[in-house]
Amino acid sequence: MNAQASTRPAPVAEPLIRAEGLSKVFSSKTGLGFGGKRADVRAVDTVSLEVARGETLAVVGESGCGKSTLGRLMLRLIEPSAGKVLYDGEDLTQLSPRGMRAMRRHVQMIFQDPYGSLSPRRSVADIIAEPMGVFGIGSSARERREMVADLLTQVGLPPRYMDRYPRQFSGGQRQRIGIARAIALGPSFIVADEPVSALDVSVQAQVINLMQDLQQKRGLSYLFIAHDLAVVRHIADRVAVMYLGRIVEMGPKDAIYRTPHHPYTQALLSAAPEPDPDRPSRRIILQGDVPSPTNMPSGCAFSSRCPLAQDICRQERPPLRDELPGHQVACHFARPNPIPV
Amino acid sequence: MTAPLLRIENLSVEFGPRANPIRVVDDVSFEIEAGGSVGVVGESGSGKSMTSLSILRLVPEPPGRISGGRILFDGADLLALPRNQMPDIRGRDVAMIFQEPMSSLNPVMTIGDQIGEAILLHQDLNSAQRRKRVLELLRLVGIPDPAGRIDAYPHQFSGGMRQRVMIAMAVACNPRLLIADEPTTALDVTIQAQVLALLKDVRQRLGTAILLISHDLGIIADSCERVVVMYAGRVVEEGDVRSIFRNPAHPYTRALLKSIPRLDDERDRLYQIPGSVPLAGSVTQGCAFRARCPLRVETCAVDRPPLFAFGPSHKAACWVTAEAAQARSAAEASP
Ligand SMILES: Nc1ncnc2c1ncn2[C@@H]1O[C@H](COP(=O)(O)OP(=O)(O)O)[C@@H](O)[C@H]1O
Ligand SMILES: Nc1ncnc2c1ncn2[C@@H]1O[C@H](COP(=O)(O)OP(=O)(O)O)[C@@H](O)[C@H]1O
Ligand SMILES: [Mg+2]
Ligand SMILES: [Mg+2]
Repeated sequence: MNAQASTRPAPVAEPLIRAEGLSKVFSSKTGLGFGGKRADVRAVDTVSLEVARGETLAVVGESGCGKSTLGRLMLRLIEPSAGKVLYDGEDLTQLSPRGMRAMRRHVQMIFQDPYGSLSPRRSVADIIAEPMGVFGIGSSARERREMVADLLTQVGLPPRYMDRYPRQFSGGQRQRIGIARAIALGPSFIVADEPVSALDVSVQAQVINLMQDLQQKRGLSYLFIAHDLAVVRHIADRVAVMYLGRIVEMGPKDAIYRTPHHPYTQALLSAAPEPDPDRPSRRIILQGDVPSPTNMPSGCAFSSRCPLAQDICRQERPPLRDELPGHQVACHFARPNPIPV
Repeated sequence: MTAPLLRIENLSVEFGPRANPIRVVDDVSFEIEAGGSVGVVGESGSGKSMTSLSILRLVPEPPGRISGGRILFDGADLLALPRNQMPDIRGRDVAMIFQEPMSSLNPVMTIGDQIGEAILLHQDLNSAQRRKRVLELLRLVGIPDPAGRIDAYPHQFSGGMRQRVMIAMAVACNPRLLIADEPTTALDVTIQAQVLALLKDVRQRLGTAILLISHDLGIIADSCERVVVMYAGRVVEEGDVRSIFRNPAHPYTRALLKSIPRLDDERDRLYQIPGSVPLAGSVTQGCAFRARCPLRVETCAVDRPPLFAFGPSHKAACWVTAEAAQARSAAEASP
């Protein structure tokens, strides 16, 4: 266990994985059309979060807000600029390459594009069995094939497909293969980066149900990245809303959906089109675009689009603080449904 | 009864060799009233884009071709027009916007010049008048600081701003029909809300009819009066938006509506449609949805269901639900 004292009330379950002050700065040399000056992008800016055993924490926000970068940092697929990631009390950012390789058994990733992330030249059996070989799981190739067959059955694919190649599968089937590969080593924590965004609507439900079944059977913890708020509502236990590299609101799912406290969360929820022609359309339409991360507004990053912004918002960045137990908000004017409609 | 602005009749589009074609749009019919809004919804590959491209005869040819049907705009068959007349129709009567505005914009021309060019095609204005009109259009589509942005290049605009520019170009000559093929699919949800609001605003202010194509039932519910549901190249259901979402008659529409997660969702488990979407043209006999359908009977494998009437303006292509509806109304009619 980590000895650091937390000011927050202890979560019900002990966290399996915890990020503390995690940041990632990318520096790029060219800025197209802006004279080629050097610009730093704070893709993830001092993010702290935790995921309990068997829990799903969803991370939502618009493109470019740092969701994928955060997901990669959690698995140390990229090196943080600052901060640490504690898995079961052990700091992943301090592990040797060898130690990190061993850790891969426990932490895995599912990608948005099941096509791009599966090698086209290798059969399904090879794709799924390869990491098993590396970790010495199964005593022979034959035994590993049996394990692959079992995994395919678990993700709802006929085992006889194991000698086929990724291109011979539909998008939904490829995502099942990606899931089989991710669970092959028996991990406890999976980052799923927009796993259903590229799938047909009728196939999304199949993949979501599968992920939920596997979570229950194996006690998995998910960091589930999404831009689709309806999917998140369905699958998450808690939700973190990101804007320009920072968490602006985080809390239990129902609190976030019923009584969002941050104006950005409220606007995001109200902007989502719902398949209901009778829903009163009192949509909050934000003005303008998400600012460029190389050109952040001072104070609160959302102040340039916020209908409630006051002088203080442009001067002082609001810290992420507890509004209610387990519900944190970074807004000077945080309160339930802050934007009047 | 007035004639509709646009009427698509028995449209078919094929790909591949003529001897052994793949029919990706199969006997599609629907219409749009002047100033109306129709949404075409379906999953990827269901033939939405090919249907909408057919209206302006933009189906890539070869390998594709329109193999049958009529497209009546204001009573005249666009498919029968000499090809060299199509440019007159495009922009002036019918305009189109796509998912990826960048691919339709010229990267080395300013925004102002591109919109100006669109105006020039159909309107005789001098350059000062044109610039004034461009500024007006930029204002109409909500580009902040139009005078400061008119000489900017596309790459200096965000995705949402580029889509606004596309809409400005599309409405430059006051077309009577605007076709929008997945106009917000590449945009973030808050920007999508802006663009959908803009399309509604354009329709209200200019009276432009809108054909909105989307895979997203939420967008369709929000923006359209009538809905056409496509599956594997065919229309499986059509009706006013409330009938489609409240009383869907086709098992596919019903299953789709049940399988999508919702913001107010409290279910533990989503309804799940087995199998996957067949490619358009891959089902040549019977009902294309039958392999995934919980209601299928033997007829479904043999005979293709026509569109049966389920109400004054509501049709669906299902043998089983049509029979059930008929039995219900017969029972109600008998004393
Ligand atoms: N390898 C990289 N080099 C430079 N900038 C990057 C890199 N990866 C991501 N970024 C930038 O970091 C920000 C966050 O990106 P990302 O994490 O992909 O966001 P999201 O997944 O929420 O869309 C963006 O501004 C993006 O352009
Ligand atoms: N250039 C092409 N050659 C062959 N088939 C094509 C071509 N373009 C589209 N198709 C096929 O036509 C069908 C319908 O495509 P499309 O209208 O683009 O679907 P949607 O817009 O509903 O996703 C698909 O099955 C697709 O594979
Ligand atoms: Mg991403
Ligand atoms: Mg399309």
